This record gives sequence, structure tokens and C-alpha cells, in this order.
Amino acid sequence: MTLAAASGEVAVVFIEVGAVVLVLAVLARVASGIGVTAVPLYLLVGLAVGDGGVVPLDLSADFIGVVAEIGVLLLLFALGLEYTSSELRQGLRTGVAPGAVDAVANFVPGLLIGLLLGWDVTTAVLLGGVSWVSSSGIVAKVLTDLDRLGNRETPPVLNLLVIEDLAMAVFLPVAAALATGRGLGATLVTVGIALVAVAVILVVALRGGEWLSALLAPATDEALLLAVFGLTLLVGGLAQQLEVSAAVGAFLVGLALSGPVQHRASALVGPLRDLFAAMFFLFFSFQVDPADLPGVAVPALALAMLGTGGKLLSGWFVAARAGVARAGRLRAGSALVARGEFSVVIASLGATLVDGPRLGAVTAAFVLVTAVAGPLLARFVGRPAV
Amino acid sequence: MAEIEETQLPGVGVRHEFVTAGGERVAVLTHRSGRREVAVFDRRDPDACRTFLHLSADDTRSLAELLGAGQVSEAVAAVRHQIEGLAIDWITLPADGPLVGATIAEGQLRSRTGATIVALMGSGGTLPAPGPEQRLDGGDVVVAVGTPQGLQQLRVLLGA
Repeated sequence: MTLAAASGEVAVVFIEVGAVVLVLAVLARVASGIGVTAVPLYLLVGLAVGDGGVVPLDLSADFIGVVAEIGVLLLLFALGLEYTSSELRQGLRTGVAPGAVDAVANFVPGLLIGLLLGWDVTTAVLLGGVSWVSSSGIVAKVLTDLDRLGNRETPPVLNLLVIEDLAMAVFLPVAAALATGRGLGATLVTVGIALVAVAVILVVALRGGEWLSALLAPATDEALLLAVFGLTLLVGGLAQQLEVSAAVGAFLVGLALSGPVQHRASALVGPLRDLFAAMFFLFFSFQVDPADLPGVAVPALALAMLGTGGKLLSGWFVAARAGVARAGRLRAGSALVARGEFSVVIASLGATLVDGPRLGAVTAAFVLVTAVAGPLLARFVGRPAV
Repeated sequence: MAEIEETQLPGVGVRHEFVTAGGERVAVLTHRSGRREVAVFDRRDPDACRTFLHLSADDTRSLAELLGAGQVSEAVAAVRHQIEGLAIDWITLPADGPLVGATIAEGQLRSRTGATIVALMGSGGTLPAPGPEQRLDGGDVVVAVGTPQGLQQLRVLLGA
């Protein structure tokens, strides 16, 4: 995109983007008013203004595309910031069994439905990823809104989210390598490089995090914001060069920060993340043709049913391990049902594949259903027995 | 005091809980932001919370004040967190200690140990940042900040 191409074009871009963002603002307000997350609403707006939508935008697609890419990086960076390295170590020590149950119960349904739809293995694996990971953002919001943070089933639920997010640090680069769609040998090499790079960055992040945090600590808010933003983009870009997926690089930068810098960065980047991430969700469904949706309604609903069952099973399992009774096990499962940002990030990796458009449509429908139904289910399950 | 159990909540903060003498299970959630929540568990469903009280950092101080806990320790703990190698100690003065009745200045405590007395907790309440003219009484608790060695010397000087 050439900025100075014509001032007329710039004017149109401003008008289009401005109008869309205003619509998002209204929706975010409505969403918080009725106590649901705004992500599904953003996806609906994207459908409306995207290819084949009611009011398609022409000029601003490139602009929104770049902003969306940054949105992914900031989403993952902020997610990495949420956790401290000791929480990660503890998660890795105690979370292997729950993580494995969760992965099997929720990855397999997506994989199977992808294969049943006649997609190639790569796309089916991506759909498995889509159905695997709960939305940390929505789950945390549900637990907070329903005053369940103090409950006994909550620590195992939060630990499971840590494990899922760590598993994504491995899954995303592997999926990105698969999606490059080369021969078996070349793909294996790419996957190998990706895994080594992730391991290196993870070790550096956990070991060198204190050094980095100490280096950034004296910075003013302005300097700190620019530093973490630049660092996130730089590491993300380098990771992308190694075909590791920029998102994982950003996630690991977030992990590396600790102590007071972690809190300051989190407060500074928060608003930026909300802005860019909204554009990301918008852009994702922007690329989905609404005409594809009726065709994928059945598989998406089937996946939502199976994915809900899978999460209920995961929640039951982790809560039971913590010695929680039946009611709490159900609450744990229901809290985990919502899928969101990660599912969309995974599906966006497959945008260029043959079945990419249908993967996008299934994912959009699946996220819409689970992100709305999940919190409602959690509310319903949590009602005190009379 | 009842046994306090600590549980990490990844991405949220930490939860401390204990059982009251009456058998109620009470938890305090400390968010990373400093916000706190007090939860009382449900007797019928011991995994769920019945009452949930949301407190801002300010509210927490008000409640702590009402419940009679000193706030000095928390503030000093925060200071200690920021400066590596700095330690804090609570030293109870014995009634027959060598410096009972002397002022802080007369004891020359800072020049002899490098440690600074940041608060005196006595029968009259807590006195933050006491001046050099302040007298030390038997039974007072001296809150001092310094290096671990300095605090050890202070302990010896005060006869504790």
C-alpha cells in the first residue's frame, strides 16, 4: 500500500476504517452491558463488511490486514505476560496428564470432522487445533464475572489454560510448517527448525527474562511501551523468518518479562492490544464468505457439540484430580467450553490452503457458537441447587 | 493461629485460605493488581464460594484497619522487595534490656549498626518514623531496616 498514492484513497480508507471501528465500539459496549465477550460480535461485523458481505469495503483491506497481523502479535504477547516463569515451571511439572487428556478429548473431534469433510490432513490438523484450545481470555472473564475465582476447581482450570498455551507454543510452529505445504522431507526439516527455535527462545525467555526485565525497568512509560512493542514485532518477525510463526515469538517475549516491568507492560500494552486484536478478529471473518456459512453449519454445530463434551470431560478430569466434588467438576468443564482467539489464530494459518476458506468458515461458526454458548452454559451449570 | 494454605492462581494471583474457629472456610484472593477478594465457602458445596467480597487496594486497607492489623509490615515488606540485600526485622525489647529508658539518639543505634528504626509498636499504638528523641520502653516492638548483619548487631545491642 502506498500511503501517498492519492489523497482521495487515503480519505476513503479513513472513512471506512473509522466507520467500522465505531461500529466495533458500539458492539463492545453492548457486549459488556449484557455480560458477554465482544469477540463473536466482532466476527459478525467482519462477515458483514468482508467478501460477499452486505457492505464490502474495498480500499481498506490491505490496511486492516497489516493491523490484524500486529493484533495477533499483541494478543499473544499479552497472553505471555499473564504468566510468570515459576507458574510455567509448576504447570509443566504437574500438568502433563491433564494436558494430555485435554488434548485428546478436544483435538481429536476437530481432526475427525476435518477428515470426514474430505479435507487434506494438514487442514484437518488445523481444525483439530481450533477445537482443542479454550479461550484464556473468555475463561478468565467467565470465572471473574461468576465470582468463581475462589472456588476449589479454579486453580486446576487455570493450570490447564497454562498447559494449553504452552502446548500452542509447540503446536503453532508445527502447524505453520505443515501449512507451507511442501514435500514430506522439507516439511520435516521446517518442523525440526521450528521446534529447536521454540526450545531456544523458551530457554532464553525463562533464563534471560530477569536480565531483560532489569534492563527495561528504569524506562519511562513511553520508552517502555515503545521498547516492548518494538521487541515484540522484532522477535515475531525473526521467528517468522525461521518459519516458526511470529505469534509464538511474541508469546515468548511476553513470558520473558517479569516483576514490576511485567505489570507496567501489561497495563501499557492492554489498550493497544484491545485495539489491534479487534481489527484481527474483524479481518479474520472479513475473509470468510458468508455464502459459505450455511454449507458448514452442520459440521460446525457437530464440532461445537463434540468440543463442548470434550471440555466437560477435561474439566471433570482436572477437577476430580484436585479432589473436587461433582458439582465443581461440571463447573470446571463448563467454564472451559468457550473457544476464541487461539482458534482464530490457528485457522488463519491455513488461509492459503485449498480448503482454507472452508476451514475459516467452520472456525468462524464454531467460535461464534462456543464463545456465546460457553459462558451461558457456565452460568447455567453454576446455579445453586434449590 | 489457624493454618493458612496458599494456592497459586496462574495469570490471576494467589489465594490464601484458612478455617475459622467456627468451621467456616475463608479465602482471600490477592490479584496481581492489588485488588483483593474475600470469599466464604459454601457449607453444602465445599468447592464453591457463598459470599464474595470485592475490595480495591484502598478498601483492603480500610478492612484491615477495622480488623486491627498493622499496616506497617506490609508497607515495609514492599520496600524490602524493591531493594536487594535489605532486610527488615521486628525486635521485641525485653523489659530489662540495656537501652530501655534511653532515647534512640542516646543508643547511637544507627551509627553503631547501620540499621534504621522505621517504626515503634508499643502499648500506645504504632509510631511510624520515630524521631531521635523517642524513648524505648520495655515490651516495645522495634521495626528496623538494614543489612542482615546490622540487624543482628542491633538485636545484640537491644538485648533481645
